[in-house]
Amino acid sequence: MKRIVALVAMCLFALVGTAQAAGTFKLLTWKGYAPKELVDKFEKETGIKVEVTYSNNEEMVAKLRATRGAGFDLAQPSQDRISSVQEEFKIYQPMDYSKIEAALFIPSLLDAVKKNTLVGGKSYAVPFCWGTSGLVVNTEKAPDAKSWKALIDPAYKGRISYRLKRAPLLGIAFSMGYKPFDLYGDPKAYKDMLDKVAEAMIAAKPLVQNYWSNGDALLESVRSGEVVVAEAWDNGAWKLHAENPAIDFVAPVEGCLGWIDTFAIPAKAENVDAAYKWINFMLKPENAALFTNQEKTPTASKGAGPFVDKAVQADFDRSFPTATIDNIKWYPPVPAALEEMEGKILDKIKAAN
Amino acid sequence: MKTSRLSLWIFLSPVLMWLVLLIVLPHLDLFIMSFRAKDEYGRMGFSLQNYVHFFEEPIYWLTFVRTAVYSVITTFFTFLLAMPVAFYIVKVVRPKYKGFLMVLLLLPFWVSELVRVYGWMILLRESGVVNFFLLKLGIVDAPLKMLYTDATMIMGLVYTSMLFMVVPVISVLESLDDSLIEAASDLGGSKISIWREIILPHCKPGITSGAIVVFMLSLGNYLTPNLMGGKNSLWFTEQIYNQFIASFNWNQGAAFGFLLLLLSSGIIWAGLKLSRVKLGEVAS
Repeated sequence: MKRIVALVAMCLFALVGTAQAAGTFKLLTWKGYAPKELVDKFEKETGIKVEVTYSNNEEMVAKLRATRGAGFDLAQPSQDRISSVQEEFKIYQPMDYSKIEAALFIPSLLDAVKKNTLVGGKSYAVPFCWGTSGLVVNTEKAPDAKSWKALIDPAYKGRISYRLKRAPLLGIAFSMGYKPFDLYGDPKAYKDMLDKVAEAMIAAKPLVQNYWSNGDALLESVRSGEVVVAEAWDNGAWKLHAENPAIDFVAPVEGCLGWIDTFAIPAKAENVDAAYKWINFMLKPENAALFTNQEKTPTASKGAGPFVDKAVQADFDRSFPTATIDNIKWYPPVPAALEEMEGKILDKIKAAN
Repeated sequence: MKTSRLSLWIFLSPVLMWLVLLIVLPHLDLFIMSFRAKDEYGRMGFSLQNYVHFFEEPIYWLTFVRTAVYSVITTFFTFLLAMPVAFYIVKVVRPKYKGFLMVLLLLPFWVSELVRVYGWMILLRESGVVNFFLLKLGIVDAPLKMLYTDATMIMGLVYTSMLFMVVPVISVLESLDDSLIEAASDLGGSKISIWREIILPHCKPGITSGAIVVFMLSLGNYLTPNLMGGKNSLWFTEQIYNQFIASFNWNQGAAFGFLLLLLSSGIIWAGLKLSRVKLGEVAS
């Protein structure tokens, strides 16, 4: 009898435990997007406990799809990966823009994201931060790498690295004179373009040192000089620039590929209030600036400018004169069929000898 | 009688629940999923398309063949390395050091596979430890490119699966009577013939069970080929991952998963037939 009482007591404790856990906020995001200082500050201000899970675009979708949009209160997919995924799997819920403090956002970014995540008359996301993919170059060893073509240039044999993902495919397509984003509506033309790009990339495969999958490992290779030209994100290059001025971000002449990472609320989020609180909290100028200083990534926060470190601002200004910014090729929402096509082409490149 | 049967069920239920809830049910779900695909109008329905796809698209079955061949090679090298190690531990070294040597073998497995693979990467990379010493000693002029090749990948796989071959071989070797080996050499048998006629036949069940484990581990490995194999090493598990994660095509991924299960079982069955060992002997 005593044991049964103990058991019941334990069950009750467990229940109480979960009741308390209702005050937690589960965030599914990229590494670095929830700095510890900000998590602590948020917990202190609101009394809500924050649980952070790190992921990437593809895995975010897979995770949410497995639970049909449950398990997390807020996710941070890139804006081009929301509408097609939402149409097919319905893993997000429409954003209630009345709960967002619109004054915190840079209006053009907010409008762009609203427009690009429009599904069935409703928008599903707000912007958080943005950046570009371009080239990380060791300018001492590869002074002439200024185009996406550098990734297939025999001059850098064995010293090239890129991710086997969309960005280099599209970058090389641009350098071959294609306009991939204009072909989104024409799957056949897009397929022809991918075939041509794949041909060039397979022919240039002996030049590649490896296909990177982990950002830190790539930066290590660039730092040690094993890689002199790589496709990567701008902020990684700036981190290395601080150590070795010869390494810097180079915006390819064809244009960098611009991404915007967003906030989107999963369909079965439990703590929606906390999600909106977190969004408004992160976009506050001083908080957004803290994130920018740490990750060297600009945000969609309107007033963050004065709080950003001079060095971080200098990196940005050096790599992005106005003409370069105007030349950024922003990813439009990608149709699901094209993404499948790209997946097959990437497999083909990886399997080729 | 009745109560004992009841208690049997009570004691069995955790295991049964574990098996059914965590292994059988998800697999059934995946199995059903693998037979569903979209038709040209985008509607889900029953279809063999996912399986047909595997045989139609050369990338897929070539990747599988590649994975299988490399796993067999890995198994073979593991066997070559494990035999002398096991023999040394059981028959040569003094019994009091035996435990110590076993611990040495186990030690690397106390850290995760990821850490071990990164360890190898630090050693082998161009600016790594091995190249540093080769350059210092003047053996090479320029750093050797050792990482990101198939040979390195196989070495990594052998390293990660060594233990699973050594342990079963040790356990069968222990039951081998030393006097058999002594008698053979008294009667003038050469070292090679002793190995061939006495030691290997005796170890056969251990070798077979070790080989099955090593083969399955290599075939199902994801980390080592991905990190050490570099740019040419598309492993079949990576294909499954790509289907699930990158292409959002769970149906195709599920079909690949079952094909992997089926084909690897087939290879093991063929291996057992060839070596004329029965599965029952292996398990004992």
